Amino acid sequence: MATSSDISHRPSWRNGGVVSRLACATVQPLLSRVVRRIAARHTSLFARLGPHQGTDYLIDPVELPFALHLRPDPKNLLFRAVPRDAMPRGGAVIRGRFLLLLELIDSEEDGDAAFFSRDLEVTGDTEAVVRLRNALDDMDGSIADETAEMFGPPGRAVLARLRRSYGNS
Amino acid sequence: MSLAELICPAGTPAALRTAVDAGADAVYCGFQDATNARNFPGLNFTPEELAEAVVYAHAKGTKVLLALNTYPPAGKVDLWRQAADTGARIGVDAFIVADMGVAEYIARTHPGVRLHLSVQAAASSPEAIRYYCEHFGVKRIVLPRILTIPEIRAIRKEIPCEIETFIFGNHGLMVEGRCSLTNYLTGQSTNMDGVCSPASDVEYTRHADGSMSSQLAGFTIDCFGPEEKAGYPTICKGRYTAPHRSEGYYAFEEPVSLNLSRLLPELIDAGVHAFKIEGRQRSKSYVRGVVSAFRRAVDDIREGRPADIADLIALTEGQKQTQGAFETKKWR
Repeated sequence: MATSSDISHRPSWRNGGVVSRLACATVQPLLSRVVRRIAARHTSLFARLGPHQGTDYLIDPVELPFALHLRPDPKNLLFRAVPRDAMPRGGAVIRGRFLLLLELIDSEEDGDAAFFSRDLEVTGDTEAVVRLRNALDDMDGSIADETAEMFGPPGRAVLARLRRSYGNS
Repeated sequence: MSLAELICPAGTPAALRTAVDAGADAVYCGFQDATNARNFPGLNFTPEELAEAVVYAHAKGTKVLLALNTYPPAGKVDLWRQAADTGARIGVDAFIVADMGVAEYIARTHPGVRLHLSVQAAASSPEAIRYYCEHFGVKRIVLPRILTIPEIRAIRKEIPCEIETFIFGNHGLMVEGRCSLTNYLTGQSTNMDGVCSPASDVEYTRHADGSMSSQLAGFTIDCFGPEEKAGYPTICKGRYTAPHRSEGYYAFEEPVSLNLSRLLPELIDAGVHAFKIEGRQRSKSYVRGVVSAFRRAVDDIREGRPADIADLIALTEGQKQTQGAFETKKWR
């Protein structure tokens, strides 16, 4: 698990620059496809978000070279990779290791417990974070598995490898 | 021996199904409004969701208890009455109430549905409990977390209803139903609006040294060192400085959770009928882990085997646990 010191001291190439922008451009088509699919299959999610459908969420997987910007407006859904030196201000920020964030989305881990252990950081609009957490927690199934499934056997293989690598770290 | 029913939390329909599948004897939940004491953003049930949840639970032999355990402000009692009417129409198995007016309305209008007295009523004496039983037909009392097991045993002998005690989760020590700490800082009432430390008033700040402070309505509740475990931003678990304690100290209670897994046999022997797990605001992961652990433990005890107590420390607040007053009044 990440500690707060892991979160604070990451190499500069993860915060912006050419590597970060190239990574963003590479993953963006996948993100757009994934978020449209998830939104279409889990429409009840938006009701629980209530007034925070227009909130900007910054999801910051600490070991990746970019952050994720989510604005869960069903009429104008936004989910994009952003270099950390170009993150929008305001809204809510959720920070932790990538697999932990995935496990929180899938309710494989408990968000409060991750917060107590300091593996999860939350700043900005706390109510927005609570609403997103509760909305995601009411979803059945696994977002990670659904996403992997979209890309067939290669997708499943990548997810399995990802889980193994974190399990061994 | 009492039945030792397992009463489990559900903040969403998915959490309810998780609790049922993990072995809950009963699940408690609330509507998306001020009628219950976990009126948190994005949490709880619409009437349609609750109706579906009741069908799901009943098909698996699990009861559904509806929490209407806040106090209606003057002139606003209709919301509580409508919630009771909706719950009765849906077919919930019991209402958990705190306010006498709500209790009287249900007793008169829906006499076929059981009434449980919420911990929010703070009834801790035989006299108070008997009053609710005699006047409103209360069938079960949820006791405050401030009594020792010998005290629970003594109360049980003097009351005509079942006893439910918390066995895991939040270790709140304010006199429940009377606490105004959140109201003092935020203007919102735990007891009438159903929110303790409303998320809209909570802010976390990360500092350059890796420490993290939590604020409620602009007041700092705690500041956790870089490697220190954190707790909820509730005033009763805040760490404060004072002229004689400049280093900061927990004035009321530290971030810690109740865990009575090792006291279950004694509680059953004392006459406790039902064990309550706190945590409607927690995730399905929490519900799955805690409910299944206590299901195994209770089944072991019923079968006369040593209880299999799972390690639940990772799910506790501040990653610390206590048996609190159930073990001794001197836990602090």
